Amino acid sequence: MTTTIHKGLAATRHVLDNDTVIISKDAPTVPAVTIHVGVRAGSIYDANDLIGVSHLTSRVLDRGTARRTSDEIAEALDDRGVSLSVSANRHVMNVSCTCLSEDFEAMLEVVGEVIMQPAFPEREVGTRKGEVLSAIRQDEDNPAAMAMLTLFATLYPDNHPYGRPSKGTVDSISRIERRDLVAFHEARFAPSATTAVIVGDVACERAVAAAERVFGSWRKPSVGDITLAHPPSQRSRTELVIPMMNKVQADIGYGFTTIVRSDPRYYAYTLMNNALGQYGIGGRLGDSIRERQGLAYYAMSSFDANVVEGPLIARVGVSPANVDRAIASIDEEIRRMATEGMTAEELADCKQYLIGSIPRLLETNGAIATFLQTAEFFGLGLDHDLRLPSLLDAVTLDDVNAAARGLDVNRAAVVVAGPYQR
Amino acid sequence: MDSCMTSVVLDNGLTVLVEEVHTAPLASVWCWYKVGSKDEVTGLTGVSHWVEHMNFKGTTNIPRDQVKGIIEKFGGSWNGYTWIDQTTYMETASTAGLDRMLFIEAERMANCIYDPDDCESERTVIISELQGSENDPDTLLEQEVIAAAYKVHPYRHPTIGWLTDLQTMTRDDLYQYYRRNYVPNNATVVVVGDVDTDDVLRRVETQFGAIAAGPAPRRITVVEPEQFGERRIDVAREGTTAYLKLAYHAPAIGDRDFFPMLVLDAILTGAKGINLWSSFRTAPPQRSARLYRALVERRLASAVGAGLLPTEHPFLYLISATAMDGIRLQDVESAATAALGDVVRDGITERELVKAKNQLRARLVFENDSVTNLGHQLGYFQTVASLDVYRDAPNRIAAVTQEQVDAVAKKYLRTDRRTVGWYTPTDGAGA
Repeated sequence: MTTTIHKGLAATRHVLDNDTVIISKDAPTVPAVTIHVGVRAGSIYDANDLIGVSHLTSRVLDRGTARRTSDEIAEALDDRGVSLSVSANRHVMNVSCTCLSEDFEAMLEVVGEVIMQPAFPEREVGTRKGEVLSAIRQDEDNPAAMAMLTLFATLYPDNHPYGRPSKGTVDSISRIERRDLVAFHEARFAPSATTAVIVGDVACERAVAAAERVFGSWRKPSVGDITLAHPPSQRSRTELVIPMMNKVQADIGYGFTTIVRSDPRYYAYTLMNNALGQYGIGGRLGDSIRERQGLAYYAMSSFDANVVEGPLIARVGVSPANVDRAIASIDEEIRRMATEGMTAEELADCKQYLIGSIPRLLETNGAIATFLQTAEFFGLGLDHDLRLPSLLDAVTLDDVNAAARGLDVNRAAVVVAGPYQR
Repeated sequence: MDSCMTSVVLDNGLTVLVEEVHTAPLASVWCWYKVGSKDEVTGLTGVSHWVEHMNFKGTTNIPRDQVKGIIEKFGGSWNGYTWIDQTTYMETASTAGLDRMLFIEAERMANCIYDPDDCESERTVIISELQGSENDPDTLLEQEVIAAAYKVHPYRHPTIGWLTDLQTMTRDDLYQYYRRNYVPNNATVVVVGDVDTDDVLRRVETQFGAIAAGPAPRRITVVEPEQFGERRIDVAREGTTAYLKLAYHAPAIGDRDFFPMLVLDAILTGAKGINLWSSFRTAPPQRSARLYRALVERRLASAVGAGLLPTEHPFLYLISATAMDGIRLQDVESAATAALGDVVRDGITERELVKAKNQLRARLVFENDSVTNLGHQLGYFQTVASLDVYRDAPNRIAAVTQEQVDAVAKKYLRTDRRTVGWYTPTDGAGA
């Protein structure tokens, strides 16, 4: 079955007999192709006693297959200047490859092998475990990383998959063995869990034909999914301090859980967050904390609705002497947003910006591939780029102000990591 | 990208580069100044970067409260950066915003205000930026290694400046520096996108034509004397991870050794390309690179990288490695030194040369995938070298021979002329 949309990105969606989804977009701007293959095998699927197994799988997945050694893959990539990386977010493991269009078929074959037939060589598992352990140790010395890890653990307590560290812990990684990676791959990787997005200087017919050759004969039953618990409602304010007295600057993470991606209020939250911590140089937070008070180099917010209620997070980096003042300023801006809402002019500005930025954000192959992959994951439709302007434009002042009223400083989770103690 | 490029110099000395790229309804405007942290004198380190910050704070004809939203109304993004040779500002937005972008850059060149309160407020913002970067041990070590690698050349001080200078610099220091360097005869305006060249040139003339040329800014002529003997830095601070840096004096972009050295870097750590704006955000193809195999595959380091950047004067070839948890820095350094010694002694192979060239050819394609990236490259090379160097880069890479790479390895990778930096975490882990 093939679906084609003839305006906007005009991507083509094709479902193979084995249920693998192929999305392609012919973009001949430069003679290059970006391949993103996403498999529903992210960190939410880690067992509680093996936190980090998804992340470690992503580190070893492309280090040897049934047909090629790790060295042979390295030579195949490096000979052609190909960038290949594997990463795992909460829900999806993504194999990303950027190559010249002349190398497209050969590289898609490598990507297919990596996804369908990884060998997980024992030596590679050992080497990548060492790298992950080093990365965990680096995070322990990084105030921004510690603030975020602690904030997520606070917003999503009790081993909730959104609250666990994706890289795992020193203890969990030390316990993970090759057989755990093999079992994870066996349990999570299947055609029905896979979406391949191909964007670049390759005609859609050529892209689909190549994908059919690579993935068409993959046979494996559908994998089951898991149901995530909703995060608990925050009933009171939480403030935590991670003293890191060897550092010179403190990082503040300040957040709430909000809504799911499929919530009709998603676009109202997007616009409200844009005004709060993005528009211009960090929205209202940037205006107050950076521009008016000169307290910080960065002050901004992000909103990440997901399969279950995702976070809205404000982040600021300040000298330890200004931590209390910065937190009070975030409180003030959140309170003002919640009680007074946005102005009509502010809403119009944010709409104009977000709608106007769509062509810029969809300029490169990599950005288009990410957009199409996200649209497929959340079921937004192949024409999402065409509908996005009207979805944003339809949001009313009442909608954004209703979203803003959900922010309550008395229920915020606040984490400070750095040279600061109370 | 299908394109054609036009270069014009206005009567006031402003260089204008226009490239039509009709793939999306976008235009990217860059304004480049030939002034960077190497042009700073002792006591005023960081002034170029601080001036860059001040030039986002309103002008005579763009009131402070109207800065926010001025480009966002066109769906645009804006930014700026300062480095050792250059300062630049950019906007990318819908083509409907072209006039607005040019207006902003003309205002920035001629009419910034430098309100004393804004200068004071920005002092703490920049100190916060400095302290945020010093939270990262790797950045801190790099700063110390670069400072140790130079005795006299101003490349030795960090672009953000030394804290003591940031604490004492005055509003007048900033304003005088701005007035001296922000003149059309020290600048290049670049426009790339879905535009008509003649139309752009008319608009640029309208916006910039009346800005008077200034005296030619002072140019640094100091030459770093030859280094005699290895220098070593050991930063011992509380932390969890050990880092190693090896800094070798490297050729400038205009030196005939630059491209052979770029090929050598690809062989040692994978090709990065030559676009500071985009290339270093994508991991290089490096799994078969010599230093990756010597350090990462042997479980001595969790990461290794290096950079040879196109600079006006000879800068550094800086190799960085993160020690694997529990591994001694001495072992990482010994393995890296041995691998570098191999290439100095035995040279490279024909296969390595072909592979490195293939990598660089691909990177040059990947790094020019947007009007923003193209605009960066034109302005960057016009400012630190010449457009000819940029245009000819693919040919110069293709022409590099095995003998040239072997020669630059011998010439530049000398242990008696390098600076070695260790970051030793004092809690004992990894050291």
